[in-house]
Amino acid sequence: MYKNILQSIDNIAIWPIISFVIFFVFFLLLILWTFTVNKQFIKHMSNMPIDDATSNSNPAGHEK
Amino acid sequence: MELEKFSYDNKIVKAFIIATVVFGLVGMLVGLTAALQLVWPIFNFDLQYSTFGRIRPLHTNAIIFAFVGNAMFAGIYYSMQRLLKTRMFSDKLSWINFWGWQAIILAAAITLPLGLTTSKEYAELEWPIDIAITLIWVVFGINMIGTILRRREQHMYVAIWFYIATFVTVAVLHVVNSFEMPVNLFKSYSFYAGVQDALVQWWYGHNAVAFFLTTPFLGLMYYYLPKAANRPVYSYRLSIIHFWSLIFIYIWAGPHHLLYTSLPDWAQSLGTVFSIMLIAPSWGGMLNGLLTLRGAWDRVREDVVLKFFVVAVTAYGMATLEGPLLSLKNINAIAHFTDWIVAHVHVGGLGWNGFLIFGMLYWLVPKMWDTKIYSNKLANLHFWLGTLGIIFYALPMYISGVVQSLMWKEFTPEGFLVYKNFLETTVQILPLHMLRATGGALYLTGAIIMTYNLIKTAYAGKFIANEDAQAAPLTTASHGNTGWHAVLERKPIVFTTLALVAILIGGVIEMVPTFLIKSNVPTIASVKPYTPLELHGRDIYIREGCVNCHTQMVRPFRSETERYGEYSKSGEYIYDHPFLWGSKRTGPDLQRVGGKYGDSWHYYHMLDPGSVSAGTIMPAYPWLYEQLIDRDQTALKINALRTVGVPYAEGYEETANGDLDKQAARIVENLQMEGIEVMPDAEIIALIAYLQRLGTDIKVKDNTVSANQ
Repeated sequence: MYKNILQSIDNIAIWPIISFVIFFVFFLLLILWTFTVNKQFIKHMSNMPIDDATSNSNPAGHEK
Repeated sequence: MELEKFSYDNKIVKAFIIATVVFGLVGMLVGLTAALQLVWPIFNFDLQYSTFGRIRPLHTNAIIFAFVGNAMFAGIYYSMQRLLKTRMFSDKLSWINFWGWQAIILAAAITLPLGLTTSKEYAELEWPIDIAITLIWVVFGINMIGTILRRREQHMYVAIWFYIATFVTVAVLHVVNSFEMPVNLFKSYSFYAGVQDALVQWWYGHNAVAFFLTTPFLGLMYYYLPKAANRPVYSYRLSIIHFWSLIFIYIWAGPHHLLYTSLPDWAQSLGTVFSIMLIAPSWGGMLNGLLTLRGAWDRVREDVVLKFFVVAVTAYGMATLEGPLLSLKNINAIAHFTDWIVAHVHVGGLGWNGFLIFGMLYWLVPKMWDTKIYSNKLANLHFWLGTLGIIFYALPMYISGVVQSLMWKEFTPEGFLVYKNFLETTVQILPLHMLRATGGALYLTGAIIMTYNLIKTAYAGKFIANEDAQAAPLTTASHGNTGWHAVLERKPIVFTTLALVAILIGGVIEMVPTFLIKSNVPTIASVKPYTPLELHGRDIYIREGCVNCHTQMVRPFRSETERYGEYSKSGEYIYDHPFLWGSKRTGPDLQRVGGKYGDSWHYYHMLDPGSVSAGTIMPAYPWLYEQLIDRDQTALKINALRTVGVPYAEGYEETANGDLDKQAARIVENLQMEGIEVMPDAEIIALIAYLQRLGTDIKVKDNTVSANQ
């Protein structure tokens, strides 16, 4: 049943190629982005575990 | 801006912590029992509920889903609230998650010793429990996504991404692998058969390790390690690349569990390639964790939490280097089916998961009870006992694995196997198994000391059920131009969908062709469905967990064909719902055991293995001689199997019991000639029928292999 449906798709081979291109581009952009992203943003993100908004938490490093 | 006041829910975290500790002790104790059983069969207690075949899945399930699972929930529920600066979405859902999960564990603890199992590793639980797992997991997901949507922090920290990926992937894995056809309330047959079942199972098995034991714990590492070290993670940029590459690559690597089996070659190669690629993100993550401590290594000497974390992350690095190496075909040829694999998973389990959990608990409990740890000395003692435990566990098992492999493959100059009797290779490794049990005992002792220490700590402090916090509500204020990925982090639903796509693609590309292209599984004309009696026997084989020690997969090596017979063909398994290839050879392979011995040999062997093979560690199965097969189930079994594609003729279920009686009578007659009196409905008869059938289909004369080109 579902076997015949999938087998009847024309040019099914194109799909893996498209997926590969999409993922390759995604990772390329990802690496580019990490190199170019705003430093302040990265700093804010990496300080998140240390600043947890409780009264006794350590706010140091939040906006040093 | 006005700050909003709210509180973090610590009560749910406390509940999960208690469950973690309790089930950790239980799971380790069961594991120690299993280890002892592999040296002294007396520890099987001659009870059907406590034989190794049933205890081993109890151990793996208890450790994975009860110990590690509860710790994961505890860690996530604590860190997620704080990272998102909000209370959990719904306290009610939190508690449904907690009690539902414990109910599932209880159900597992009852059904597994009763022999109610699907036999698929780490997915042994039967279908009603599978449904319950799905429901509770969805509750967890709703609670998590709901919390994310109510957050007071614009961006999601990397730990949250790992939690999201965990939720999404485990849901997909569990549902796809659990497709099964119920026979009755306690029994089902896998929807897939043979090679396809194996591929789905190891896609699941591998990624259960990836997305239940690894990604949530990487998320926990990215939160608790900076927290305990009180400094941000080494490189947040690296963590972003770590996340996406890890979840994308991991999903492809499943077939490395099936190298040299009957799985199509291209799928095996794909598994190997992606396994090697996995080294990069795994080590990226490990280095990111360890380098977080740069400039603070002096504190590792004093802070027991950091000690545990350092060993955990190191063990993660070791296991994730070893895994890809084991995926190389030449190394896999030596290591597969041996104790090496057991050592490998325990470096991951005891080292990575166990130590990360211990470190987290030593950090969380004093924090949540607003006090200091009761005894640093005891915590240090625990650390050293645990570390020694890991070494005493892993080293003997590595040696044992190599010894097994060398003995299995050793030939005389004349070209005969040196150790023709498999038992010789088992007896050889028993001292190493004793050492392994010692390692396990040390590790368990450490965990007991931790339990005492944590209880004392809790009594010394005062539990903060609701921790007050304040934060500004979420606004659209942004940190300047932060690019497309930062936008993504503000859109949790889109993010979740992308993560889902990333993990689906590998599984789809591996599975769809295996299911669609017929030449991937060449059919063999002489392979026929099991007879009704053999079917009952096969279900007894599944119930007793024989698959935990015996494989049914002769790999195409001369050492194996010489010992067992013709290597296995994928076409032989087309009616195997589920597949029973196994993953470890504590005993010999059974794929070609059919016809190798007489019926009476099996009769005496199952009754008292030691009397047939002196020195064996196989437990006895005396209850098979008293318990009767349930003939009423025959028709139900046949109907269920027909539904999943086994070509039993319409209406065969009506006459099946007639065939069953005839076949049983023949075996009874054979046994009578040897002077054995036995009831024809006794379970042992069905089991003998199944064992004598195993692997004989291709021995039928005039077998025509008709590969569909």
